[in-house]
Amino acid sequence: MAAELLDLEDSAELTSVQTGPSGKKRRFLFMRNAKALTGLGILGFFVLIAIIGPWIAPYDPDARSKELLQPPSWDHLMGTTHTGQDVFSQVVLGTRSVLVIAFVAGFAATLLGIVIGITAGYIGGVGDESLSALSNVFLVIPQLPLIIIITGSLPSAGGLSVALVIAITGWAWGARVLRAQTLSLRRRDFVEAARANGEKTWRIVMAEILPNLTAIIAAGFIGTVGFAVLSQITLSFLGLTPTDEWNWGTVLYWAQSQLALQRHAWWWFVFPGACIALLGMALTLINFGIDEFVNPRLRSTGMNARDLRKRGIRPRIGFTPVVHEAKEDRA
Amino acid sequence: MRFFGRRLVFYAITFWAAVTINFFLPRLLPGDPVSALIAKKQGQLSTDAIASLKAMFGLDSNQTLWQQYLHYWGDLLHGDLGTSISYYPAPVTSIIKQGLPWTIGLVGISTIIAFTLGTLIGTAIGWRRGTWADALLPISTFFSSVPYFWLALIVITIFSVNLEWFPSSGSYDRDMVPNLSWDFIGSVIYYGTLPALTIILTSIAGWILGMRNMSVTVSSEDYVTVAQAKGLSERRVMFGYAARNAILPQISSFALSLGFIVGGTIVMEQVFSYQGIGFYLLSATSAHDYPLMQGCFLVITLAVLLANIVADFVYGVLDPRTRQEG
Amino acid sequence: MSALPEPRGSARPAHDPVLEIKNLSVDYGYDDPTHVLRQISLTLNRGEVLGLAGESGCGKSTLAYAATRLLPPPGLITGGEVIFTDRDGGKSDILALNDKDLRASRWQDMAIVFQGAMNSLNPVFRIGRQIADAITAHEPATTKKDALARAADLLDLVGINPDRARDFPHQLSGGMRQRVMIAMALALDPQVLIMDEPTTALDVVMQRQIVEQIADLRDRLGFSVIFITHDVSLLIEIADRIAIMYAGEIVEDAVAQDVYRRPRHPYSDGLLHSFPPLRGARRELGGIPGSPPDMANLPTGCPFRDRCAFAFDACAHITPELVTPAVPGDDPRRSVACLRHDPARVAAGGFAPVPVPDQLALR
Repeated sequence: MAAELLDLEDSAELTSVQTGPSGKKRRFLFMRNAKALTGLGILGFFVLIAIIGPWIAPYDPDARSKELLQPPSWDHLMGTTHTGQDVFSQVVLGTRSVLVIAFVAGFAATLLGIVIGITAGYIGGVGDESLSALSNVFLVIPQLPLIIIITGSLPSAGGLSVALVIAITGWAWGARVLRAQTLSLRRRDFVEAARANGEKTWRIVMAEILPNLTAIIAAGFIGTVGFAVLSQITLSFLGLTPTDEWNWGTVLYWAQSQLALQRHAWWWFVFPGACIALLGMALTLINFGIDEFVNPRLRSTGMNARDLRKRGIRPRIGFTPVVHEAKEDRA
Repeated sequence: MRFFGRRLVFYAITFWAAVTINFFLPRLLPGDPVSALIAKKQGQLSTDAIASLKAMFGLDSNQTLWQQYLHYWGDLLHGDLGTSISYYPAPVTSIIKQGLPWTIGLVGISTIIAFTLGTLIGTAIGWRRGTWADALLPISTFFSSVPYFWLALIVITIFSVNLEWFPSSGSYDRDMVPNLSWDFIGSVIYYGTLPALTIILTSIAGWILGMRNMSVTVSSEDYVTVAQAKGLSERRVMFGYAARNAILPQISSFALSLGFIVGGTIVMEQVFSYQGIGFYLLSATSAHDYPLMQGCFLVITLAVLLANIVADFVYGVLDPRTRQEG
Repeated sequence: MSALPEPRGSARPAHDPVLEIKNLSVDYGYDDPTHVLRQISLTLNRGEVLGLAGESGCGKSTLAYAATRLLPPPGLITGGEVIFTDRDGGKSDILALNDKDLRASRWQDMAIVFQGAMNSLNPVFRIGRQIADAITAHEPATTKKDALARAADLLDLVGINPDRARDFPHQLSGGMRQRVMIAMALALDPQVLIMDEPTTALDVVMQRQIVEQIADLRDRLGFSVIFITHDVSLLIEIADRIAIMYAGEIVEDAVAQDVYRRPRHPYSDGLLHSFPPLRGARRELGGIPGSPPDMANLPTGCPFRDRCAFAFDACAHITPELVTPAVPGDDPRRSVACLRHDPARVAAGGFAPVPVPDQLALR
């Protein structure tokens, strides 16, 4: 908050103060952010399920049983399908494929985005123009239809190819943001100084530019992972990936094609969908945390609303609240 | 005007890129889906269709790649997107003509509603931080994290299966003949409510959040403080100064969001059996109807590009800085 | 020394306050606050140009924004009064006004020229409209057309071609934008004009023109000015009286010529040696060693003592208050917050008083 105070006085001098604090302290701040922590917690939970899934799933997800279309019970936590398969086991075992594909796609897209974005921002000129045009083209072309026609044309759309298709269509956003940021970093004094000193380009990029882009890269990665989760589940839901490879989308595919709606089998699609929503929210929360960490203006004011109301404070622009709490005894 | 010139060049490039992707995609993919398809549909396909398929996949060995490419553009500029396989012998264009208005109407109207509502709510939340309105944030975040098609399933469960307020599938009463009567329009609205509700619920969060964050950022700009210092009314400061500037990035993010919304809608149409272009795209995909698939993709891309041009135009009108010469 | 101008406005009545800030306290942050201003008092007399100077972060802008209640969150005014006296003698406490009355008072009574005209203008509206909307907001009876005509006249007043009223802010140069801000501030003929570093972003020639223009307009229109800057030499040019701030306190308050020729606080003395004077005799330049203290973590006693050449043992324990300087023959209305000038307080704290050094006792 002290930073904002000084902002009023002289913003120019301030920026150096703001960007200067030690990395350790800033990281600590990020970890203290409640939103980011919640998001990381949920994500960690799903990662754990993905790892230990095969050991905790109570049934074989493909095994049929006589308990057809049963609502949730202690035997079947998320109910059963029309052939008596256990939805809970399908969801638990499907977690791994969801996360692996999402992270592979996120990683590949981020890498592509870093290479293209930083190159464009750093080299400038015609190279920049054409690389930016390329990423803008990929941004404007609707991604999901593109993913659908590519996977639809593939003879078989296994896990890895889906991840790669998602990466190929999903890198552009990160590249654009990174390019803009690199462009502004390149004009900063410390980079100019390194260049004047004759530092090698790759060294400047690795030592001066990349570390300053960490937060943006992280946000881009998380965003792409979220996009990959949605795309991959959508593809599975449409039956464009092999329908016998379990992931949350496949569960929904069977629910939709076996008329779970009309049969009032709400558990069949509510639970896998809730998992998607929960994972998506976790990723969004992590990104909120990163956003607030990068842009302190977005942070809430620190004190909870009720306490402020009790003191008669309503923080707003243009009308500074007045409370008579301080001493007024000076002559 | 320079601004618009640059943007138009960019959209032309994008369109060219989309067409080129479309041209090369079938030629780059591994295996030989066409031969497989022809073998599978033995006897069902006319020589005409086989020829058009072969041309599309570059199996027409008489032509060089470049000739094929020129030929492809030639057909395209004549509005010829080939012949559909699954709806044989209907040409792809006539199928698209059937589906496109439905999708554009649905996406257009619900996006305008979501954008307007979301922007207004976002302005209010960003302007008055620390009030009950902040509670809308987590709720809308939830809706933005779920896939369109899943929310469609939930919406159908609640409003169609349980409450029986709205039909669960179709785009109008099949007993009616499409015409411009009030009855028919009423039926279209009746059938379109749930799909539109789904789009609005999932896309509004993005607008709310974007506007909220921009409002918060813009509110700390000096000119907002100046507006308060001038003693302007709260409404004027909020709309004329804060929101008026915060909406600019909102419009430029329209481009990115639109592709996403259209993508979601396409899948959602499947759930509602809404006979839009997405419905045809997906049925073409599962029927391996490559010409229809690619035609749908191209038209969707073109529609998104046109919407972007409109957004750019609006941006140019709203931001005087883009009109600067030089 | 003879080249120095005589103080402006010296013929004006000495005590006719238009704005009295009393015991104003400001915090930053709501739950773990930093006390950035503690019981500041300052009076602006009618027709006077009061200079407010100090290093970045000393609280001079905070004082101005708090007095107008424009301090953004998490700023909080925790005490005090800001009494505005109207032309007819009616008094009102700005800090006690409700939203409606505060809106009505703003710009009409007190107008502000903000730091950095670059960001003070709304980029999407024409400048004429931005001036006019202040007029129509306060005078609903005025038609839009009349308001725009008045906006054009105001632009003319500050030396901008009225045709440029239809320009957007990005079409103007930095100096012109600053003039637009001044024209805007004068739209409702305010009695008090607060100028926050109005010339900082401009080159020296432009600075000079603007300062002269403000002085000229003040003479014609008769408003009072609080002029905030870190550049003391600029204040000598325009101010009748100067208040020096350090670490959220006013440390010296005196007639401009007294501050310039006879500084009594070691900090004022240091500041005067940090800027070359715009005219007059050259003086030796030297900075002030060290940097201002962390406001969140103020030391006990005098906040300036670590950078002060004249600090003594009492400075670490006793907080100085504004008193009349202990130099015989000084203007009784001037004040300084330094223990060198306050032997009574030093003695009361159980320390041995130390006399005023010669450097701070110039006659």
